[in-house]
Amino acid sequence: MSDARERIIQRAVQEIEGGMIVNLGIGMPTMIANHIPADKDVFLHSENGLLGIGPYPREEELDPDLINAGKETVTVKDGGSFFDNAESFAMIRGGHIDLAVLGGMEVSENGDLANWMIPGKMVKGMGGAMDIVQGARNVVIIMNHVNKHGDSKIRTSCELPLTGEQVVSRLITDMAVFDFTDEGMVLKEVLNGTDIADIRDHTEAAFTVDSALAQKEDSR
Amino acid sequence: MSKRSTSFSARIQSIKDGDTIIVGGFGLCGIPEKAIAALAEHGAKDLTVVSNNCGVDDWGLGLLLANKQIKKMIASYVGENKIFEEQYLSGGLDVELVPQGTLAERIRAGGAGIRGFYTPTGVGTPIAEGKEHKEFGGRTCILEEAITGDAALVKAWKGDSFGNLIYRKTARNFNPLAAAAGEKTIAEVEELVETRELDPDVIHTPGLYIQDVLEGAEYEKRIEKRTTAQV
Repeated sequence: MSDARERIIQRAVQEIEGGMIVNLGIGMPTMIANHIPADKDVFLHSENGLLGIGPYPREEELDPDLINAGKETVTVKDGGSFFDNAESFAMIRGGHIDLAVLGGMEVSENGDLANWMIPGKMVKGMGGAMDIVQGARNVVIIMNHVNKHGDSKIRTSCELPLTGEQVVSRLITDMAVFDFTDEGMVLKEVLNGTDIADIRDHTEAAFTVDSALAQKEDSR
Repeated sequence: MSKRSTSFSARIQSIKDGDTIIVGGFGLCGIPEKAIAALAEHGAKDLTVVSNNCGVDDWGLGLLLANKQIKKMIASYVGENKIFEEQYLSGGLDVELVPQGTLAERIRAGGAGIRGFYTPTGVGTPIAEGKEHKEFGGRTCILEEAITGDAALVKAWKGDSFGNLIYRKTARNFNPLAAAAGEKTIAEVEELVETRELDPDVIHTPGLYIQDVLEGAEYEKRIEKRTTAQV
């Protein structure tokens, strides 16, 4: 695993508190599950109809009738339950999921998210992402701060078609943590030993700096 | 009242060219593999297929794609299928992408006699274009319409001769929703028993939704992504 990815996952897992109901998106967010400390009793929700995802199965436990939303074979933990897809999304839209962690392609300074299509490329579909960003009580996006060309993925406004408007609560990148508030986008944490000036250089979006963080940096 | 049947090919004959078919399953999990195979054999074409995904190249709904039986696909995610991409890009296949929760609710509503509903899902995205917007308690929502099918194909674990069904684990997924939304629903099960043998307390789909129930032999149940614990 790359350093950036490892750093993002390590920071993202801190968002998860004991007792939470959590939905982890496909890809990098799914990897967070392996890092949740065993003493935190968390129920992971899978939108195909499972609450209480367990670890990947041993060879002899493999069951084609038991998969997660990424279509991977999984197990179910004690206290888990199965339900149909309509009920699964009733849980999501009804505000019964405490936290969703999803990947992102672009996030704008007002908390818009784009993570499902790139015009001109074959569209694969949004799956459950548009429902999850509207329904989960907190939506945390994890993604690299810049794309492979070094350009900021945190934009003044998203260029890509949106998944949801003003839906992001928190953004965790390999460089920083931002919150989206009524006062706009706020830098909360600096990661990876970088500094605020460096983050500004790599961020197209306008943001303010959390006062506690600014004081800390001033006193360095 | 027995709805038992033994011939998938006989039951699938009622599906006509141009029909809308709702198909249960999520990925390859819980798909009605016997009915899909019979429909591929039957050859009905210009179908509108409503299902969360479209199978893979050589299995599940991918078989109908390969036969060019599908005119339009209504799904939330279709990324596992090369034939799909080819037919879509060449203009031979019409696609309506629907957010997964909206798709589930549209099918549920169809079976429940609700003609439409408002949801916040998709507001501000390309999905909302051309749809009625309405505000409820300060929250903007869009109007989505119910989906019903000329037929539905579903797969359960156990069923009885009245069509009562019990699903297993995450193979339930869209199956109970599809069962209720089909004008004619064909259910296939791994084990078909007499009516008194299933406990009424644990039935997921009551038999009134089902017109035909058949037992399939030797389910393949392909695994799409085989992930195991690293020991």
